[in-house]
Amino acid sequence: MSGGTTRRKDPGGNSGLGSFEPHGGDFGFAEARHLLWRAGFGGSAAQVALIAGWGLERAVEHLVGYGGVEAGTRPAEARGDIKRERTAEERRAERAARQSRDEESLARIRLTIQQRERDDRKQMSQVQRWWLARMIETARPLEEKLTLLWHGHFATSYRTIENSYHMLRQNEMFRSHAAGNFGQMLFAIIRDPAMLAYLNNNQSRRDRPNENLARELMELFSLGVGNYSERDIKEGARALTGYTFVGNEFAFQASNHDPNPKRVLGKAVSDGDDFVKAILAKRECAEFVCAKLYRYFVGDYPSGVAQADEAAAGVIKEMSRELLRARYELRPVLRRLFLSGHFYSARVRGSQIKSPTQLVVGAVRSLNTPARDLDVLSDAMDRMGQELFYPPSVKGWDGGRSWINTATLYARQNAMVYLISGKRPVGRDALADAEPFRPEELVKAAEALGMSEGDAVAALLMVMIGRADINERGDLEEFARRRSGGGRVDHATLVELAMLIAALPRYQLC
Amino acid sequence: MSGDIPTTAYTRRQFVHGGLVLASASVTLPAFLSRSALALPRAVPGAAAIPGVDQDRVLVVVQLSGGNDGLNTVVPYFSPDYYRARGGIGIREDRVLKLDKAAGVGLHPAMAGMAELYNEGMVTVVQGVGYPNPNRSHFQSMDVWHTADTSGTGDGWLGKYFDAECCGYGKGESGRPDGSAARGTQLGLAIGAAAPLAMRGRTASSVSFESPELFRWSGGEGEGDLGHAYDMITRAPDAVLPGEEGSNVEFLTRTTLDARVSSELIRKAVATRPMASYPANSPLTRQLQMVAAMIRAGLPTRVYYTTLGGFDTHSGQGGEQGRHAQLLGQLSGAVRAFYQDLKASGHDAKTMTMCFSEFGRRVGQNASNGTDHGTAAPMFMIGPMVRKGVLNDHPSLTDLDSGDLKYTLDFRSVYAGVLGKWLQAQDPAVVLGKGYKPVEILRWRG
Repeated sequence: MSGGTTRRKDPGGNSGLGSFEPHGGDFGFAEARHLLWRAGFGGSAAQVALIAGWGLERAVEHLVGYGGVEAGTRPAEARGDIKRERTAEERRAERAARQSRDEESLARIRLTIQQRERDDRKQMSQVQRWWLARMIETARPLEEKLTLLWHGHFATSYRTIENSYHMLRQNEMFRSHAAGNFGQMLFAIIRDPAMLAYLNNNQSRRDRPNENLARELMELFSLGVGNYSERDIKEGARALTGYTFVGNEFAFQASNHDPNPKRVLGKAVSDGDDFVKAILAKRECAEFVCAKLYRYFVGDYPSGVAQADEAAAGVIKEMSRELLRARYELRPVLRRLFLSGHFYSARVRGSQIKSPTQLVVGAVRSLNTPARDLDVLSDAMDRMGQELFYPPSVKGWDGGRSWINTATLYARQNAMVYLISGKRPVGRDALADAEPFRPEELVKAAEALGMSEGDAVAALLMVMIGRADINERGDLEEFARRRSGGGRVDHATLVELAMLIAALPRYQLC
Repeated sequence: MSGDIPTTAYTRRQFVHGGLVLASASVTLPAFLSRSALALPRAVPGAAAIPGVDQDRVLVVVQLSGGNDGLNTVVPYFSPDYYRARGGIGIREDRVLKLDKAAGVGLHPAMAGMAELYNEGMVTVVQGVGYPNPNRSHFQSMDVWHTADTSGTGDGWLGKYFDAECCGYGKGESGRPDGSAARGTQLGLAIGAAAPLAMRGRTASSVSFESPELFRWSGGEGEGDLGHAYDMITRAPDAVLPGEEGSNVEFLTRTTLDARVSSELIRKAVATRPMASYPANSPLTRQLQMVAAMIRAGLPTRVYYTTLGGFDTHSGQGGEQGRHAQLLGQLSGAVRAFYQDLKASGHDAKTMTMCFSEFGRRVGQNASNGTDHGTAAPMFMIGPMVRKGVLNDHPSLTDLDSGDLKYTLDFRSVYAGVLGKWLQAQDPAVVLGKGYKPVEILRWRG
């Protein structure tokens, strides 16, 4: 496994950490594996070997320029009318029933509303399963990985807005801009019904502006604390008055919009679009977005370290220059990042704690386990702290070490037991899921690549964690010996070995 | 791995093969406890102490999910307006378990156990608790209660308390002083699928499990060769390779070790037999029985979180009997047995229980013999150290806010009492914001 040697001299002088200059070292199995895990959700040994064979440039282009790849997934099916506004007639009927104290009709109306709420929660679960399946199946992993990033960045929770169709539409919006233009995404987010409801902009009035969206638009979505003033929030909120939605569509209510002059971030603005333009004009916006991209793709520098160190800060700076040069087009930045020496440096590889989504989707994609029951997986992800469409707050998921505590570790290990062996977590259904996992394929793949002559433990370690030179290897080999008596390692033992390797602390990393 | 495991004193094999809990406890407890010790306030000179009560006091939260009908729980039998509004489901005055004649309120007849506790001086009923501009959505109102913030956003109130006690972080601040504080310190422990928002903080992590069986490796922990191999790899002191000190590998290795230790402590604790008999299986019984066992075992946990659901009684709520009565009976019986259990082992005095719901229900019943989402409701504080009685005035049953009670006490004043008086938080305002006068919930005043 080669380190992050670079073709050119590292300008920052951070030897061993690589730089933003193109990666000049090898692009072998280890590097290709790293790329697939970070720019996607991991891949099988065969996929890793395939893109390693392509070489760095083609591999990166395939992942980043995914527009030419058929995703091969099915579209979501969802109804947009479950949580529709009640019609004037329905409202009249309720008023009439209330006035005449017609308790029977009122009870019926109540039941209808409750039924709709139940239907909508059910649809939310279906959409949740749909997305999980899409992440598992897609041929464009970066597209889904970015959609997940933006979902956490522009965090909106179903728990608050209780409208599954709006959540799905927002998800599709993120996907359509995923590697596109960040500026376009900002214009879209201030028109997004789910976000408008989540941050109460639909309740904003020209004489009583709600500042929630204006604040988070700058603090969490684009600039970060310290790069705007309270006054910018106040005036920005006025610019955003009238931005609301009717039914499932964005609507600009001119009658509710404050037309008086405002200044935001030193610029005269009229409406929300001007507000976004003023944000995009700030260099800090590009830096904020690139710091986010860096943390997501390169390293969640240990939680608690608020500042990136010199090497990371240097790379983030280069990335934001590129982002501004490209007028907020994301692809050029991602392309350069995945081609950079820094990205492949020893410090970066194998150091990131997998998010629950990364763990679950990655296991199915890289080990080719059966996907099993998506409901069980979704429950398990909730236990690990990441339920899709339910981020804990507008700040999204903190990520990094915050994923890990003594309870989530068991949830993670046990989800892997379920994927690998089919054994469900206790309390749900003790019956094992019948569809078998075939670890023999992993061993065969590793052997075919010449990584492990006849050594099943080494083969599984290479495929599952990318290295076999760890101290726990002896324990695993002893286990395999006891089980097989020195002979061929049988299927049941391979399954158990895979469960053990997935329980290694190191398996939580990618 | 760094200094926690003296590998010279224990060879790895002894470490793994020794009596698991004892060996692991003696070897790794320093790591496990050192963090907790930070957060368990030692008796501070000058700080109020209750004679005979451990400084490591415990709070048990019982959350009644769905919106408990406060008016049929603590019944205002003094009021003809109550009976007018509750023609079908009202509780007859002669059936109410009277608490305080002057206040004119009493408990639902299904709550005999709670009434006994009250007569023994172990219950405070706090009436009319709510918050301004009440939200009638289950989720959002629950979030308000969990975050102690009427926007329902931000970290949980208990999480903020843990943060403030262990790391000096408070409301509105963020970030971690260092990565290590996130390690497996079980200040808060919730029985349920996921740790409640109330316990979510920046630095301190809370543990949750539905059953202890989920708080272990499902692959076959403790079973033959496989269990042995699992032990070896999850307790491996040499898993961290040279150059990985301080890395995520080390962090994960240590947390894995912490998980093994606390899992064993907890499972061992809950496997012990209760010291009192609990009423037939109800979900809350099972939870409180586990909590009593963990308190008895001396876990370094300060707050336990339990939940009883099913209170969303839009239809068929029933009156003296029926669904709501059953739920109240479960609550009352479970809490009664819980304190008998704790008393038998001498842990009752250090344990206070707080019972709340996200909202009460409307004053008038609906056409389906049920009640719809409302606002203010009573809370219960339970334990030998609480001030017996009915606190705060009952909200008016005639001066309503579109059919709903107007709250007479902000729930954050109750939290302020719990944090300041019981848990002895240094400054509850750090968690709750300023302006909430703590409710005097303790019988003993320092």
